[in-house]
Amino acid sequence: MNIDLSRRGFLKLAGAGVAATSLGAMGFDAAEAAEAAHVRAFKLATTTETRNICTYCSVACGIIMYSKGDLKAGEHAELIHIEGDADHPTNRGTLCPKGSALKDFVKSETRATQPRYRAAHSSEWQEITWDAAFDKMARALKDDRDQNFIEKNEKGQTVNRWLTTGFLAASGSTNETGWLTYKTVRSMGILAFDNQARV
Amino acid sequence: MTNAWTDIKNTDLVIVMGGNAAEAHPCGFKWVTEAKAHRGAKLIVVDPRFTRTASVADYYAPVRPGSDIAFLMGVIRYCIENDRVQWEYVRNYTNAALLVQEGFGWKDGLFDGYDPEKRAYDMDGWDYQRDDEGYALTDPTLQDPNCVWNLLKKHVDVYTPDFVADVCGTPKDRYLKICEMIAECSAPDRVMTSMYALGWTQHSKGAQNIRGMAMLQLILGNIGMPGGGVNALRGHSNIQGLTDIGLLSHTIPGYLSMPKDDEVDFETFMSTKLNKPTQRGQTSFWQNYRKFMVSFQKAMWGDAATAENDWAYDYLPKLDVPYYDILRFFDMMSKGQVNLYFCQGFNPLMSFPNRAKLTEALSKLKLLVVMDPLQTETAHFWENHGPFNDVDPAQIATEVLELPTTCFAEDEGATVNSGRWLQWHWPGATPPGQAKPDTWILSNVFLRVKELYRTEGGPFPDPILNLTWDYEDPYEPTPAELAKEMNGRALSTLYDPTDPAKVLVEAGQQLPNFAVMRDDGSTMSGCWIYAGSWTEDGNMMARRDNSDPGDVGLFLNWTFAWPANRRILYNRASADLAGKPWDPARKLLEWDGERWTGYDVPDISPTAKPGEVMPFIMTDEGVGRLFSRKGLKDGPFPTHMEPFESPVPNALNASLRGNPVARVFSNDLEQMAGIADPDFPCVGTTYRLTEHFHYWTKHSRVNAVLQPEFFVEISEELAAEKGIRKGGQVRVWSKRGEVFAKAVVTKRIRPMLVGGKSIHVIGIPIHWGFMGAARKGYSANTLTPFVGDANIDTPEFKAFLVNIEAAEKGPLA
Ligand code: SF4
Repeated sequence: MNIDLSRRGFLKLAGAGVAATSLGAMGFDAAEAAEAAHVRAFKLATTTETRNICTYCSVACGIIMYSKGDLKAGEHAELIHIEGDADHPTNRGTLCPKGSALKDFVKSETRATQPRYRAAHSSEWQEITWDAAFDKMARALKDDRDQNFIEKNEKGQTVNRWLTTGFLAASGSTNETGWLTYKTVRSMGILAFDNQARV
Repeated sequence: MTNAWTDIKNTDLVIVMGGNAAEAHPCGFKWVTEAKAHRGAKLIVVDPRFTRTASVADYYAPVRPGSDIAFLMGVIRYCIENDRVQWEYVRNYTNAALLVQEGFGWKDGLFDGYDPEKRAYDMDGWDYQRDDEGYALTDPTLQDPNCVWNLLKKHVDVYTPDFVADVCGTPKDRYLKICEMIAECSAPDRVMTSMYALGWTQHSKGAQNIRGMAMLQLILGNIGMPGGGVNALRGHSNIQGLTDIGLLSHTIPGYLSMPKDDEVDFETFMSTKLNKPTQRGQTSFWQNYRKFMVSFQKAMWGDAATAENDWAYDYLPKLDVPYYDILRFFDMMSKGQVNLYFCQGFNPLMSFPNRAKLTEALSKLKLLVVMDPLQTETAHFWENHGPFNDVDPAQIATEVLELPTTCFAEDEGATVNSGRWLQWHWPGATPPGQAKPDTWILSNVFLRVKELYRTEGGPFPDPILNLTWDYEDPYEPTPAELAKEMNGRALSTLYDPTDPAKVLVEAGQQLPNFAVMRDDGSTMSGCWIYAGSWTEDGNMMARRDNSDPGDVGLFLNWTFAWPANRRILYNRASADLAGKPWDPARKLLEWDGERWTGYDVPDISPTAKPGEVMPFIMTDEGVGRLFSRKGLKDGPFPTHMEPFESPVPNALNASLRGNPVARVFSNDLEQMAGIADPDFPCVGTTYRLTEHFHYWTKHSRVNAVLQPEFFVEISEELAAEKGIRKGGQVRVWSKRGEVFAKAVVTKRIRPMLVGGKSIHVIGIPIHWGFMGAARKGYSANTLTPFVGDANIDTPEFKAFLVNIEAAEKGPLA
């Protein structure tokens, strides 16, 4: 069931108006080939295809993302379309109303795009640089851990825990992000650690 | 899932109870359609509402929210009474014949040994009678009154059809018809699959709902079978992965446990995890626990974890309570005991119960950090959004950082589907603005904290200073580096224990599987169950061969499934005691005289002789547990319990409230309606819609257009009673808060007759808030009670008490 000729290659071939003979070789008859030969080049033929997985539910449908520009070549890549991956054994190309609209999630107007800071009692955000945000977090973590880290409990047992800081992890993120999160959170002694699996 | 989405095509009967797969998991549900079309499979739906799944079912029955255990125990009773049991399976592959200690008993809705002060059972006797060597005593004839089978028979006796109908509100004839359909699957060549989701987990006895189905599936002989199993549909795209990697208060990657205070050193910790077999000759695979634990410590702390320092056991924080779950932590936060909180791609203000309490808790933090691709309600909790977030920023001292992260389209790595497939994905878009990967953000924060400890010192800096961090660019570890670390590698050359001249794995090489792991510090692995996912042959999770030999729906060369690329758990149980498939037309594995062969990776040692080594290798008995011993706090068998907020008293014992062993904080109890509270006569239940995914899709324009605004669903009868018109505005309130919504008046919900009275159910979808592209709306969690499941503290979102009235002049007008 694997489609050997890549979809993109096929579209280029079929849409870019190549000779009818090669279309014939692909199983088109002469009339269809003639028809195909003068249609406008298919938009997706000039895009980069990337295989991905729907970010919503754990059916985990395969998707193909089409972008203008190739990330791998170091270019700016603008997502222009997402569709179901027909090669994927679970969804076989289908997507539900959520997966079909994935592009609107990626391009949502309410994406967070800039680090922001809200001061105590303020009713406004202010922009902050990544560096300043990192320094602020690191200082807050260090100070709070220094003040509240518990090395021994009342019985004198070594417990090495820190209970005044907590971390919620994201079950929409990858395993690899999850593992790095695990390492950093646990090594600091944090026990208030959970993800959406709790809900 | 024990099985996989694509395996559902092999079933004869699907029961969807505790979920709504057609709505919430549409592209997975297509495999039900496939089974119906090509095998003539039937679909049963049992749900409080006539759901989208029900609309394509062969048979539907309503059930009152929170009464599923009574239903399931009733079905088990029916199967036993009518001799619809897969006897060879039950006798050999379950603990039916094992003898339980004398004195185990159950009365008036409670097991013996209940202590109301501690809200706990004395679990000592929840175990087997044993011989001198510690092996369990058995009675293969099933005559002994203390054998599990006879105790089960006695336990389910109370769940007569009349009892079930009266407690569940399910019409008796419908219930009996479903019993009959299910019971047919006790034949060795008929298989049922169970598909459930949050409809079973979000109860104060969620784990027992699922146990009820697992027991039924054992009795029918459906575990390990193609087209069978107990299948958690699961939620987020990587909820399985984050659970596997143990991002929970009390777990270590690969389902290992975090140590407790009393486990003062590594040997004490290990002493409760020896997992000696309780029946002779059984695998009891968890005997390998130590290898996985030492390999994990080596992954975390490398050379700093040595045999001399107990593999850096002190580096792990110890638990003084079962876990610091989100409910407990928000409770602590509301009492001013928490200073910093990080929310990474998680929006607790919308997703945890009793929103007023959550807002109060967040307002007591010093600093809240939100890392998310979207602008979430949690990050904006201090902003006034009129009635939809009625707070005064001037009164809130919490500092907040909102940090933009990449989303799936812009990042690389694996997510794990419900069927345990680790599927790799690639980035195809440039992140917007300054959005950055979580790994980059965390590395920057962590390396700064580490530097502060290096220069300033501080309490016990060792686990921070010694955390392994050998990434090429320390500020941006790559997904490949992290994936390889989870798979694990040999730290020194590994030789074959049976032939010391033979090299198994060269030092520095990726481990091919978890069988080669050692407890002497010569292997490391971040997550043992992922061993085999990135080997010397490369990234197995990126494999894309979708061929399916035998057309069995397994796709062994598509990505990688844990454990060991096995697609159906317990698959050894798909064959009889002699190793022949129960159903020749549904062959998965077969014993060829010397070894197990077939389509799937055997879930047993490939040369383990049938008849000697039993299929359930993860239990120390080698068999499936009908009696779960001390596994769950609320009993070795599921027993009927009402929700904490119940419209009727518990029919087994009117003095019981909710789950008698669930943790409940006193101030939360005060905020709960009483049993059959006249002020809150209706049952509320929450759910999802196919157009939306939690609180994410309201940011997506298309989805916001498809389902633009908050509504509640009520029956025509309730609408008539309360004078509510279709599309009119209503006010719904619980003891914790109120919401205003549009009323959808529908035939999909009907009043139910329970304990002689008519009970109305109000359906409340969860998807709205005050951020995003959809119309601002009230959130369902304003209403829900702050209490969770007794074993894991998943909040009780599916059954609580509310009231409703028409409110044409409300804030939405
Ligand atoms: S397309 Fe729909 S069914 Fe498929 S993974 Fe996404 S949300 Fe789930």
